[in-house]
Amino acid sequence: MSKKILDIRELKREFQMGSETVRALKGISFEVEAGEFVTIMGSSGSGKTTLLNILGCLDKPSIGDYFLDGVDVKKLSRDELAQLRNRKIGFVFQAYNLLPRTSALENVELPLLYNREISVSERRDRAIHALEAVKLAERLDHTPSQLSGGQQQRVAIARALVNEPVMILADEATGNLDSRTSYEIMSLMQELNSQQGKTIVFVTHEPDIASFSSRTIQLRDGRIQKDTQNANQRSAKEVLAGLPITDDY
Amino acid sequence: MNFFNLIRIAYKALQRNKLRAFLTMLGIIIGVASVIAMVAIGQGSKQSIHDQLSSMGSNMITVLPSSNLNGGVRIAGSSFQTLTQKDIVALKKAQYITELSPSITSKGQAINGALNWPTSIQGVSPDYLDIRKLSLKDGIAFTEDDILTSAKVCLIGQTVIDNLFPNGENPIGKVIRFNKIPFQIIGILNPKGQNAFGQDQDDILIAPYTTIQKRILATIYYQNIYASAASEQVTDAAVSEMTQILRDSHRLRDSEDNDFTVRTQAELINTLSSTSGLLTVLLTVIAGISLVIGGIGIMNIMYVSVTERTREIGLRMSIGARGKDIMLQFLMEAILISITGGIIGVVLGIVSSNLVTLTLSWPTIVSESSVLLSFVVCAITGIFFGYYPAQKAARLDPIEALRYE
Repeated sequence: MSKKILDIRELKREFQMGSETVRALKGISFEVEAGEFVTIMGSSGSGKTTLLNILGCLDKPSIGDYFLDGVDVKKLSRDELAQLRNRKIGFVFQAYNLLPRTSALENVELPLLYNREISVSERRDRAIHALEAVKLAERLDHTPSQLSGGQQQRVAIARALVNEPVMILADEATGNLDSRTSYEIMSLMQELNSQQGKTIVFVTHEPDIASFSSRTIQLRDGRIQKDTQNANQRSAKEVLAGLPITDDY
Repeated sequence: MNFFNLIRIAYKALQRNKLRAFLTMLGIIIGVASVIAMVAIGQGSKQSIHDQLSSMGSNMITVLPSSNLNGGVRIAGSSFQTLTQKDIVALKKAQYITELSPSITSKGQAINGALNWPTSIQGVSPDYLDIRKLSLKDGIAFTEDDILTSAKVCLIGQTVIDNLFPNGENPIGKVIRFNKIPFQIIGILNPKGQNAFGQDQDDILIAPYTTIQKRILATIYYQNIYASAASEQVTDAAVSEMTQILRDSHRLRDSEDNDFTVRTQAELINTLSSTSGLLTVLLTVIAGISLVIGGIGIMNIMYVSVTERTREIGLRMSIGARGKDIMLQFLMEAILISITGGIIGVVLGIVSSNLVTLTLSWPTIVSESSVLLSFVVCAITGIFFGYYPAQKAARLDPIEALRYE
């Protein structure tokens, strides 16, 4: 019996836009268990981004409950939410969001700076370890401008791993990358999921990317349209190996 | 987040934009440096005035004859003839006074052969040299014996030497004439230069007062009495003691005003010091304004920085920074800028003060209080002008900040 990481019940989110009320989420319920690799799909305007913000504890639902690793998010203050993000969530963004002119190591150390329980040496050790996990051990001192897009995204994944979160939350993490690099990132995600048992929630609009996950939740117009287990999950590694080797880029 | 991490985060953030941090600092650097240099120049000129007046004898007390009401008419003090030998005898008993000298001055022409020079001759007692802190470059001073015999001897100042002995001959032993009376030169006074009022203190001949009284002016009165208080601290006591002695000696009734004035050097020092103190305040205020402008520069840059780094703020919030952490980071950046600028400014201020002394030979004194004050002002400036931008950063919504373009 595996542990529930996400438990969402009848979640609604409404925004007040002048005199109009925009109902972005109209009642969503699902659960995610530890070790799952879930993609959340949907076209723009489907409520994908709103759901992501709530899952990432950046926003709170208007109505409904959200339990993250057993914590009732609704009851938390702004500062407590920040603390929760720091301990339980690892973000990976589409635009990487690395600090410019800062080494990969220091970028990865960043979340631990906001955790006062971690000493300087432990912070460094964990950051090096996280960079090793994304196969960037030789690039510790490189700044983002010295790294390729795929490498930058891997630094961002290392940053998401370093605080040992219960869930990695990726927002269109392959959106800025070419297909080969996207497959590399997905291969890394699958590896983290299968070998280290990380729970991954991956928001995307590309069905191609979703096929690498074990489960897909399809959003449409603020509701869950489809929630399916992926019977034939593709292996990104195999797809990568099957790509024609070209040297024209 | 602990304090060390906070400094680390702020330092790293500044390091990513070194030139901007430095330019922001420049306002503070110039502000602090100018405060320190201005105060140093002000203090230096104040001290030099004090020193100059002290070199005339800081515990010197001067008694002048003065007007009192005479049939309802006030008469100019200098034309009064109230100070006599009797007063000197009485004052010798005063306990707060260590040295005493009457003084009588005559103007006239000093002549050496074909050369002549208009100067003045001052008749005093041997104590006078100590009272006025005069010293001899060469020769000897006259003695009490010379006073008793009204000896025709004199000490000569450098300006008079330059005019009467232009060819560099040794004036000692030479005889010059002053208003037809021959005086033998027995000593040369060390040059003192100009006093605080621009008078040449070396354009003088000094002789026994009895000689001037009997042989030149034919008077029994003195123009001034000079005295030294035992120390600077007892000057006031000495003044009241002398006043009482002179009142007794002049047999003044309680209802009568003094027919003399007792002045101390300290009064003069205070007057001149307060003038230069005012100048210091003015200079410091101007320099202080530049410090405030430097602070506004910090605020401006911090605002720009908050806007420019909106995404960074969003990221930091998404990985667990609380509003408070963001606020403290930006506040710490402002404080680091102002304190680093303050330290550089202090060094620059001290260096430029010394440069002013070296190149312009203006006296400067870098006081610890001005260093401390400008440093504290700096830190406060950092907090004050860094607060609003930091608060703006802390209030950003992480969702919007992350999507900010």
